[in-house]
Amino acid sequence: MMQSLHDLWFGFGVAFQGTNLMWSFFGVLVGNLIGVLPGMGALSAISILLPLTYAMHPVPAILMLAGIFYGSQYGGAIGAILLNLPSHPPHAVTCLDGYPLTKQGKGGTALGITMISSFFAASVGILVMVFASPLLTEIAFKFGPTEIFSIMLLGLLAGSTMSRGSPLKGVAMTLFGLLCGCVGTDVNSGAFRFSFDVPELSDGLELVAIAMGLFGVADFLLNVNRMKVISTGNTNLRIRDMRPSKEELKQAIWPMIRGTAVGTVFGAMPGTGPTITTFIAYALERKISKTPEKYGTGVIGGVASPEAASHSKTQVDFIPTMSLGIPGDAVMALILGALMIQGIQPGPQLISEHPDIFWGLIASFWIGNALLIVLNVPMIGVWVKLLQVPYRYLFPSAMFFIAVGVFSTQNNLFQIWEVLAFGIIGAILIYLNFSVAPIMLGFVLGPMVEENFRRALLLSRGDLAIFVQRPISGTFIAISCMLLIGVTWSAWRGRKRGKPDESVAEEVLASAHVAARQIEQAT
Amino acid sequence: MRPTKSFNKDYYGGALMVIIGLAAVYASIQYKLGTLQRMGPGFFPCAVGALLALSGLLIALSARGEKPQAETGGHHPTGLPDLRGGLCIVAGTVAFLVLGNYCGLLPATFAIVFICALGDRSNTVLQAFVLSVAMMVIATVVFWWALQLQLPLIKWGA
Repeated sequence: MMQSLHDLWFGFGVAFQGTNLMWSFFGVLVGNLIGVLPGMGALSAISILLPLTYAMHPVPAILMLAGIFYGSQYGGAIGAILLNLPSHPPHAVTCLDGYPLTKQGKGGTALGITMISSFFAASVGILVMVFASPLLTEIAFKFGPTEIFSIMLLGLLAGSTMSRGSPLKGVAMTLFGLLCGCVGTDVNSGAFRFSFDVPELSDGLELVAIAMGLFGVADFLLNVNRMKVISTGNTNLRIRDMRPSKEELKQAIWPMIRGTAVGTVFGAMPGTGPTITTFIAYALERKISKTPEKYGTGVIGGVASPEAASHSKTQVDFIPTMSLGIPGDAVMALILGALMIQGIQPGPQLISEHPDIFWGLIASFWIGNALLIVLNVPMIGVWVKLLQVPYRYLFPSAMFFIAVGVFSTQNNLFQIWEVLAFGIIGAILIYLNFSVAPIMLGFVLGPMVEENFRRALLLSRGDLAIFVQRPISGTFIAISCMLLIGVTWSAWRGRKRGKPDESVAEEVLASAHVAARQIEQAT
Repeated sequence: MRPTKSFNKDYYGGALMVIIGLAAVYASIQYKLGTLQRMGPGFFPCAVGALLALSGLLIALSARGEKPQAETGGHHPTGLPDLRGGLCIVAGTVAFLVLGNYCGLLPATFAIVFICALGDRSNTVLQAFVLSVAMMVIATVVFWWALQLQLPLIKWGA
């Protein structure tokens, strides 16, 4: 306990160093900007800026990437509340009450509440991370290859079944990602796999190229000539509009706390997507409210709770990523990849071997979140104007940044072919209603999964039973099985009834889909 | 969006996964498979490929009875990509590759931005031109000069 606080103090020292502070600020600024822009998410932002980090020291590099991640979440809320435009799926639910509030002239208040909730939730998430990570690390040190394989299996399964869309397709995409991870030289035998005699492929596929292709180029391919200029209407906001009254604060406080709790719990489970988290937080609010019918017409709690949930989840998400080396979602997979490019192996040894990265990162979360509030209050008008940057200028410029960025990763033009290939693959998959994010999860974890699988079976002399015989590993396998059964059962039940599960979450989900479609048509 | 369409998509999606999975299995049995205890390089991809083919089969099978689920793709439109836009994005990228290899950064930058910008029906040639020139300035100042990108501004031949 005291040790953690002491380490955190050390972290603040790291995060407040000039360069680190500067890059952290740069990260949240860029993230915020990109979060506001529709069609650009944290994933594309991080993949475009990833090459920049190659020349950087690991600490500022990671601080910047993390800054982009949570900065974009703040930005996403702005579009959702002011324009009914969920540029990121987790914010779809914020639209439900946020936009009606804007129409009532309370958009500023809604944004103010969002900022307060986000900061509060992030702080709680950070505290959880400070105290939980070292504990988790202690357990993780007892892990051998068997346990690591089982927990990775659980992570992959959870990541693919709990994200958006059909769980079966998520599994298929994870498997596809695992296959992509096989390309290159086999570590154990030195044999080339799937390299098709292309020398550039003997080192495997480039993480940045895949990410840019799937989340950048594929997006442009599908959206070109479909995005229209958004009319921002009258959204002249003044700073004093953003200060909520005492009454409004009172309405927000409990939803904020409950949302934070939901986010923390779901963040601790690897693989639960942020979208599901915000929907559940909203559904919970509506369920315990005395006036559920008011939800969707502009209730403060309907904004505070999901935003708090998404921010506490974001912070807690870093726990399995940093302490076990298991990314919960595609963004975490990218950040993990960035660490590995820097030659840093994520896992239980990370905290002891690179305390400056771990504690500096945690401290920078706090600084970054505070910076975001300071930044957003005066900048809100600028963000709204930025929403009017036409897509037709945005995507050609982004294509150039992608091409140059991926070239700079290895000073080799070949990687651009990879970007193009994955852009087309991604566009086809998205068109076929697949969600491409699990590919990243599979790709990053693939080599580690294979290595630990092989090592575990080498130790057990080829006896597969080892995975269930060892207690910790057996527990993970059991949870994986329960997850599989649960997903299959709910899918089967939903099919038998002829309609999806009639829980509140589903209802909200459906109404949000309607809203999202309306937005799609309107834009 | 319509039920028939989502039916078809799952059908094709599943089939695609089966093809990729089987291709991976086929490719990996060319490498050594090995035993469970001492796995060869082909073992893991072969297993993953087989699982992928299986899940593809399940996707295609479950496409039949399933009710069309609400759109799950976030903000993605579900229609086919716009032909002109898509072609221009691909052509622009290829142009960057070729020109980057033979003529240097500036021509490549101009090509990718100009061709991609032309892919958007609302851009005029002049607008595309201005945007490309602006990006050439950024390429020179930010990437070549400040970030020391290892690609000459203008060159001739590979």
